[in-house]
Amino acid sequence: MGKTLVLLEHDAGVLTRAGLGVLARARALGLDAAGVVLGSDVAGVAAQAGSGTVYVVDDPVLAPPLPQPRVDALEAVVRDSGAENVLFAASVLTADVAAGLAARLDAGLNWDLADLAVDGGEVVGKRPALGDTVLVDVGWTSTPRLALFRSGSFDAEDVSGAPDVVPVVAGFRAFSTKSVLVERLQEAASGPSIEDANVIVAGGRGLGAPEAFGLCEELATELGGAVAATRAVVDAGWYPYSTQVGQTGKNVAPKLYVALGISGAIQHKVGMQGSQTIVAINKDPNAPIFDFADFGIVGDLHQIAPKLTELLRARKA
Amino acid sequence: MKQVPDATAAKRLDPATGRIDRSGEGALNPTDLNAVEEALRLKDAHEGEVVLISLGPEKAMESLRKALAMGADRAVLVADAAAAGSDLLATSTILAAALAREEADLILFGQQSSDGDGAMLWAAVAERLERPVVSQVAELTIEGGTLRGKRQTEFGYDVIQAPLPAIIAVSDAINDPRYPSLKGIMGAKSKPQETISLAEVGVDAGRAGVTGSRTVVRATAPPPEKSGQVKLEDDGTAAEQLVAYLVERKLV
Repeated sequence: MGKTLVLLEHDAGVLTRAGLGVLARARALGLDAAGVVLGSDVAGVAAQAGSGTVYVVDDPVLAPPLPQPRVDALEAVVRDSGAENVLFAASVLTADVAAGLAARLDAGLNWDLADLAVDGGEVVGKRPALGDTVLVDVGWTSTPRLALFRSGSFDAEDVSGAPDVVPVVAGFRAFSTKSVLVERLQEAASGPSIEDANVIVAGGRGLGAPEAFGLCEELATELGGAVAATRAVVDAGWYPYSTQVGQTGKNVAPKLYVALGISGAIQHKVGMQGSQTIVAINKDPNAPIFDFADFGIVGDLHQIAPKLTELLRARKA
Repeated sequence: MKQVPDATAAKRLDPATGRIDRSGEGALNPTDLNAVEEALRLKDAHEGEVVLISLGPEKAMESLRKALAMGADRAVLVADAAAAGSDLLATSTILAAALAREEADLILFGQQSSDGDGAMLWAAVAERLERPVVSQVAELTIEGGTLRGKRQTEFGYDVIQAPLPAIIAVSDAINDPRYPSLKGIMGAKSKPQETISLAEVGVDAGRAGVTGSRTVVRATAPPPEKSGQVKLEDDGTAAEQLVAYLVERKLV
């Protein structure tokens, strides 16, 4: 089956759980999987990967989070390692890296995968399609095989031990380094990002007003989760774009997804239907979300959500 | 620009090929309209020509006419039976060849194709054309041969600068696409519309379609059925029942 590489993305000096989750899944499948850390001055970041091989390209060119120099760096790692599979947890950055690498290596790229299987020596990607109404088995006709996984597809295991670091030196193409990062504006983040959260409390138009997102935030705090929003309320300026789930937003698959005042239109459904357990509270008994919610409550979220928060708080105390 | 089945119509997979059935009436990818709108705004500010490039069946030209009606100058459609079934890799080869013919200063993509097939094409095309690429652009300015794009990521906003010629993918937050005027609609039909073959863009048929692809669809199946769904009307105890449910499943 050859070697498998997993790109481990990092932000502010911390590896994302999404990347570590893909690495853990690859190893659980029995693949000979190594992490890849690309960046500048990233020895401390690579150390977070735990035991096992980690390829590291440490170069000032890789300091800003831009995709094209990462294609050069990853190409060098693929060449040095002889890897047959290159896996990515999908993000704005890694999606562009994966597609650029596919063109560079003339390699097949399957994306939006929810899982991977190894079947009699054959690698098969599992891709929910058409609003998750169909599960498609996808494959590759050549190596290396490139695969992008939906965020939240796998749990990151707690890692221990020190990695076996293999440094790789990369050359950079002229066109790869033409883009320059001028400015970085962090969004004030409170709690985990929605890609990394095990629990998401999402709000929709049924909240009635932007202030009602307070209900989502309080509930998310009790559940140890992150707050997400639908397209409609993001467009209305109630909540930041970085929290938008669904088409033109993010795909998430947490363990628990609590939808407050969300009707469950297909555009939202495509971004969250992979969640393990879906709870919906909506006053409209005919809302489509009840068709795919595991636990649906027809009722007034303004009554139920605060009560839920209170009960959870009381349970902890 | 790519023709996609209308987002509101029910989609199905062609059981023979495992690919999306595209026999229905096509519509433009909604985010492509944002790319057209941004190109038209740049033309208003800097002059120039807005050319639509698409890969698809011959009837895709009807969809391109809608963007011509918005104000684009001409349309080029690569339509070739040998291109059917192209995956991301093969599609990027064909589009890169068609785009290279135009020697454009700026190539704009719509960020997300609603059927998923067009996702990330910009990055593959940029690699083939050896141009800088900036994706998920929510604000764009161009001054003296340099573009500056503000893009949204999971971690906040990045402001990225790149020299032209360059490629960008715009998010739908960048603008509100204009509606075509009656005059625009009337005039669209008479604008130059070129339908060309793979040979005309210089792509060998072996690099296109299923032969040029490196990914395959092996099987399709319905997703696992949900079982044990609960739906109740709140009688004042719903919150308690939900907590019990979450506790039972070790979710709290």
